[in-house]
Amino acid sequence: MSLNELWDYMVLGVVLGCLYAVIAIGYTLVYGVLQLLNFAHSEVFMFGGFGGLIALTAWVPVASPSGLQSVVYVAVGILAGAGLGGAVAFGLEKVAYRPLRRHNAPRLVFLITAIGASFFLYNIAGKLFGRSSMSMPTMYENKTVVTIFGASLNVTQLLIVFSAVAMMVGLDYVVNRTKLGSGIRAVAQDPEVASLMGVNIDKVVSRTFVIGGLLGGAAGFLFGLNSKVVYTMGFLPGITAFAAAVLGGIGNVRGAMLGGMVLGMVETLTVFVWGDEWRYVAGFAVLVLVLMFRPTGLLGERLGRTA
Amino acid sequence: MSGAADLTKQTEDQTGEPTRTPMLELRDLRVFYGAIEALKGINVKVYEGEVVALLGANGAGKSTTLRTASGMLSPRDGQVLFHGERVDGIKSHDLVRFGIGHVPEGRRVFPRMTVRENLEMGAYRFKAPDPDDMDRVFTLFPRLGERRTQLGGTLSGGEQQMLAIGRALMGKPELLLLDEPSMGLAPLIVRQIFDILEEINKQGTTVLLVEQNASQALQLADRGYVLETGSVAMEDEASALLADPRVRAAYLGEGAA
Repeated sequence: MSLNELWDYMVLGVVLGCLYAVIAIGYTLVYGVLQLLNFAHSEVFMFGGFGGLIALTAWVPVASPSGLQSVVYVAVGILAGAGLGGAVAFGLEKVAYRPLRRHNAPRLVFLITAIGASFFLYNIAGKLFGRSSMSMPTMYENKTVVTIFGASLNVTQLLIVFSAVAMMVGLDYVVNRTKLGSGIRAVAQDPEVASLMGVNIDKVVSRTFVIGGLLGGAAGFLFGLNSKVVYTMGFLPGITAFAAAVLGGIGNVRGAMLGGMVLGMVETLTVFVWGDEWRYVAGFAVLVLVLMFRPTGLLGERLGRTA
Repeated sequence: MSGAADLTKQTEDQTGEPTRTPMLELRDLRVFYGAIEALKGINVKVYEGEVVALLGANGAGKSTTLRTASGMLSPRDGQVLFHGERVDGIKSHDLVRFGIGHVPEGRRVFPRMTVRENLEMGAYRFKAPDPDDMDRVFTLFPRLGERRTQLGGTLSGGEQQMLAIGRALMGKPELLLLDEPSMGLAPLIVRQIFDILEEINKQGTTVLLVEQNASQALQLADRGYVLETGSVAMEDEASALLADPRVRAAYLGEGAA
């Protein structure tokens, strides 16, 4: 357990934390506007992985590309992942949740529907895309780019961190500075009054799902770059990102980002100290501890409804 | 102050011809909550420039009437007409475009938005908020101007009521629906708010006001309706209602002016 290794693990923690943070935003946004724990979001993430994979395998030549080509491929991968993620999230809201809202279904029904939709989506993915793990095609040489305190960062890791940070900054801007963002926050705080102000709740809810899906899908592609793409890939990152959203204070966008970073770091440091078999233990232990002392999560619930 | 203002208002009102089209007309309106009939065929008219008060006890159907007028509820029977055009069945988020602003019961400001953001939400139906409207709200309610960066949820009850009214004004309403603006507020604040409502009305906004505080409401209003268990029990000039022994007994029982 040298100091160099510790830095290596911390880099891994930041990379993983960025992914969790981006996925967690999807949970927290949807919870904000609908008070719904959208457990199918992990499958939106998984579809994003396949979106990127399919677009690239159809298109990237076997010969190793260089320079500009690499950039284009990665951009296409992110866009395809985000696109399929957004499309799945859009369809999910339309098919699974909107009819329930129309009939004023109780909240438990939403939750059960979310779990059902999750099962449906990942089984259909296994059927459509096969049940074996697949790797992204080679789009660039994954060499070490920079070394910080002896810890090396390769191209993929840098790519993940930069894309994730860009998405988080962009999302924060959308939520706090745009008209759609005002609509989202208003619906989260008081949907009935929001509609009195002229906010079309259906539209805002649908767009919120799409935003969460775009981010989740892009994260799915980035995750696939770092490991493999497979129809079961959504479950663990999904449940961890959900925990991250709760840890940060569900409904609070910045809380979700913070919670994701914390859980990513805790997870990798746990592996560093106690070994891989403890990977998922410490993160959830932290969640339980934080909720014991701060039941609303680290940053309270800024988007949430009044009591 | 209110006595003098009342007299001028009533003379104005009596010159209006009764045949013109009302700005808002509720015609034989029946509204149900499940099997419970909350409104049993009420008729209410509000003419341009008026202040009309809806009075009545808890559960008489006052709020239901307002909520139906602003599209939050759909009537089972009857019609809602705005400038003679049927608007029942139009959802509330579309109805705001007709120029109907609703200040809901309990104020309901957005607690985690600043005063300024709350006001901007009031102008959501426009591409961008009108800075003149923002100035107007801050002139009417200087207190809001001082607190423009404060979160809505941290304001006092009176300030929240002012914010709720200001927010509705940002949508440039022709007709302002107000649901119990005096609820839970100190008498001094209530007086302030009613003075400002009078000012808003003078500036050209028609007002339909639901109130438990009958004396305060009737001093401001031109006409009034008294609702009892979902029906209109009385309908008259505000001054006549204020003088009516039945109204005085039922709604002005104590401390009547």
